[in-house]
Amino acid sequence: MHYSPVPLHIPDGFLSLVVSLICWAITARTLSIAISRTNKSLGEKQVPLMGIMAAFVFAAQMINFPVAGGTSGHLLGGALAAIMLGPWAAMLVMTAVIAVQALLIQDGGLLVMGANIFNMGLLTAAVGYGLYRSVLKSSYTTKLTVAGVAAWLSVMAGALATSLQLWLSGTTNLQAVVLAMLGVHAMIGLGEALITVAALGFILRTRPDLLGEGSASAGGGRGWVVAGVIISLIVVLLSPFASGNPDGLERVAEDLGFLGAGQAPSYKIISDYTVPFLGNTPISTIAAGVIGMIVVGVIIILLGQKMKARS
Amino acid sequence: MHSDAFDRYHHGHSPIHSIDSRVKVLVTLAFIISNALLPDGAWIAFALAWGFILIANFFSQLGIGFTFRRSFIALPFALAAITVLFSIPGQAVSSFHFLMWNFTITDAGLLRFVSIVIRSWLSVQMAILLVAVTEFPKIVHALNHLRVPTIITVIISFLYRYLFVLADEVLRLLRARQARSAAVPGKSAGGSVRWRARIAGHMAGQLFLRSYERSDRIYNAMLSRGYKGELMTIHPHHFHASDRWIGAASILGFIIMQIAGRL
Repeated sequence: MHYSPVPLHIPDGFLSLVVSLICWAITARTLSIAISRTNKSLGEKQVPLMGIMAAFVFAAQMINFPVAGGTSGHLLGGALAAIMLGPWAAMLVMTAVIAVQALLIQDGGLLVMGANIFNMGLLTAAVGYGLYRSVLKSSYTTKLTVAGVAAWLSVMAGALATSLQLWLSGTTNLQAVVLAMLGVHAMIGLGEALITVAALGFILRTRPDLLGEGSASAGGGRGWVVAGVIISLIVVLLSPFASGNPDGLERVAEDLGFLGAGQAPSYKIISDYTVPFLGNTPISTIAAGVIGMIVVGVIIILLGQKMKARS
Repeated sequence: MHSDAFDRYHHGHSPIHSIDSRVKVLVTLAFIISNALLPDGAWIAFALAWGFILIANFFSQLGIGFTFRRSFIALPFALAAITVLFSIPGQAVSSFHFLMWNFTITDAGLLRFVSIVIRSWLSVQMAILLVAVTEFPKIVHALNHLRVPTIITVIISFLYRYLFVLADEVLRLLRARQARSAAVPGKSAGGSVRWRARIAGHMAGQLFLRSYERSDRIYNAMLSRGYKGELMTIHPHHFHASDRWIGAASILGFIIMQIAGRL
């Protein structure tokens, strides 16, 4: 009965304990911010609304359309939910959907649920809302186009994050997983974009008033656009270069002969993906990657809070 | 669609069914964490864990192969870990040729791959057993006790309660689409892919509007019946001594597994 829209639900056992716990920490912190924000901007009436919306997202994932040769396009719904309900409410809604999928259908593990929520709920909502927020006052066509791009990027961001988590846990080889995940999800993201654009267009034409109260009031303005754009840039720029030895960008630099022109950094914190006291071992690389992930996560959260406080 | 269309609960009166739901949720989580902590190739520990699952299956009176039969859903994801067979350096076990590449399976890679699959398999079986012996509302209630924020558990409860209602709507939409899309045998119905995607999007938008308006009526109906922001439950909380023993024995078992895994 349940159709899994995207192969992004990681089961238990595929992520190391460290990666799972770090993802849980980031997710828990973000969700507690989401709860306090939705408490402030939405009243008690909106909790049943969010519950029904969660059921809507779950049910909407059953809507499909045949693409070619037996495959079909589906909706994950994170970007759409963020555009309709605002980012924080959408994160809570997607959390509920992912939790029920994991509990009831074992689509996604319990220990790794933090990572799954981060990939499919938090990232998708951030990218979806962040990019859409920048065109809130633009024309109908611009809104739809940006929403479509945002939906595609949200799926790609989720796929990239999943690949990185699998790699950091030592479950896969980085090149292979990034290639496979991003390749598959480029097509899946297209289906997501098409459905999101059509759904949004339908609602804008029939009940545009519903979107007004959902998105703008719960939003935070510039912080979200910044977050959305940063994540999208990371996805777009970093993924083709996430192949192995030598580093894609380094390889291009070697070929074109400007490798020597790069200057040594004036300070080395985690140079060449090695943590100083751990030396040049795989653990060092993993620790460096994890530290980097935490730093990025913290920056994004702090940025969002700061901008919200200011606006 | 019946209200329990999405239910995975198998009713029974076994000793496992009657354990307090909080203990069941905690033991499940502890088991999964224990699996994650077991090192690669800890065959004795894996066997002990598998034994734990079999014992739990037996005492649940659902059949000793109950979780095993239902556990194959998580296996396709094992493909994600396949690259580990080739990328960990070690003694070559076998190699083969595929298109223009040479693939060599190493013993360390094989060990890691099999360990990952076994750990995942064990964890998913435990999760299957949990929902089979615990009613979903009780699981949500247990989550509440375990400090999961109320707003999230309420949203989950609403999701569960209204899922079959909205799933009915989706089936109606799908049936309506099918009824209006004449298909010539051998060709797929409808126009271009873009057209099909647009129709699917309109269905999603239609579903959103129906759900949104429905939620308004639902909220008013609940208000008029005394809704104060929290979903109440009548199920009594009885924490028996046996629950404590079973919980403690399980944790002890997991510690023994950890020791066995590192000997």
